Amino acid sequence: MKRLLVVLGAVCFVVLLLGAMFDLAPASVQLHAAVAANLPASGVEHPVTAVLLNFRGYDTLLEIAVLLLAMIVILATGIDTAADVRPSVNPVLQALAKLAAPLMIMVAVYLLWAGAFRPGGAFQAGAVLAAAAVLLHLVELLPGWQSPSTRLRLGLAGGFLVFLAVGAGSLMRGALLEYPPEHAGRLILLVESGLTVSLGLILAGLFLLLSRDDGDGP
Amino acid sequence: MTGELLFASVGVILFALGVAGVLLIGHLLRRVLAFNVMGSGAFLVLVGLAQRNGIADPVPQAMVLTGIVVAVAATALALALVRRLYVLTGKLELSQDDDE
Repeated sequence: MKRLLVVLGAVCFVVLLLGAMFDLAPASVQLHAAVAANLPASGVEHPVTAVLLNFRGYDTLLEIAVLLLAMIVILATGIDTAADVRPSVNPVLQALAKLAAPLMIMVAVYLLWAGAFRPGGAFQAGAVLAAAAVLLHLVELLPGWQSPSTRLRLGLAGGFLVFLAVGAGSLMRGALLEYPPEHAGRLILLVESGLTVSLGLILAGLFLLLSRDDGDGP
Repeated sequence: MTGELLFASVGVILFALGVAGVLLIGHLLRRVLAFNVMGSGAFLVLVGLAQRNGIADPVPQAMVLTGIVVAVAATALALALVRRLYVLTGKLELSQDDDE
C-alpha cells in the first residue's frame, strides 16, 4: 500500500513538474548579464569563480563551515578502532602511486591558479588533493587517521578561519565579503589557497577517518 | 525538446526516483545512495533550466558546485552514522516500530 502510494505520488510529481517546466516563461532576471557586467570589478576573469568567491561569497563561507561541521561530527562519533587487516598491496601499485602523488599535487596547484581565468578553482584543486591522499591510503603509504593532531586540526579549520578573517575585515570596511576592487584578486587567491588546503584535508579526512576501522567494518 | 530541457526533465525524473527510494528502501546504505540520486536530480534541474535560453548562467553553476561539495559532506556524515549504527546494533536498517 505504502509502495503504491509513493510510486503514484512520484509519478504525479514528475508529470506536474514536467508540465510546469515546458510552460515556463523566460527568466525575468538576466543573472548572467549582471555577472558579465560586474566581472571586471570582481578581481578574477572566470564568471563561476567570481560568483563563488565574490558575488556570493557567503555561500562558499557557509559551505566550508558545513564541511567542517560534518568533519567535527564524524570525529565526535568516535568509531571504535580495531586492527587494520588488509591484503598486502602490489608493489607496482605503490610505485605508481608514488609517481602520481607529486603530479596530483602539481595539478591541484595549477587548478587553484587557473581558477582565476578558466574553469578550476579551490574546490577542484581540493578534490584532487584529497584524491591524492586517498590514493596513497589505498596503497598503504598513508595510514588512516586515528585522531588528528593539533597541526592537522589547524589545517582542517584553516580555510574556514582565513575566509572568516577576510569576511570580518571586509565587514569592518563596509559589507560582509565586499572586497575592495583593487585588492579583490589577491584576497580571492588568499581565500582560495586556504580553502584548497582545508578542502583537501577535509575531503581526505572524511575518507581516512571512515576507513580507520576497516577490520570490522560492514 | 531542446537539450537543456532534456537535462532538466531527466533531473526531475531522477529526483522523483530518489524520493521514492528514500521513502521505500529500508537498507540504510541504499537509502543514502537514493538521497544522492535525489541531489543529482536537483542539480540537473538547476543547471539545465538555467541555460534554456542558450547562454550558460554562472550563478546556478556556482550554486551547484557548492551543492555538490555539501552533498559529499552530507553523504560522508550519513555513512559515518550508518557505520556507528552498525557497530552499536549490528543492523543496517532503522527499526520499523513507527512504520505501517
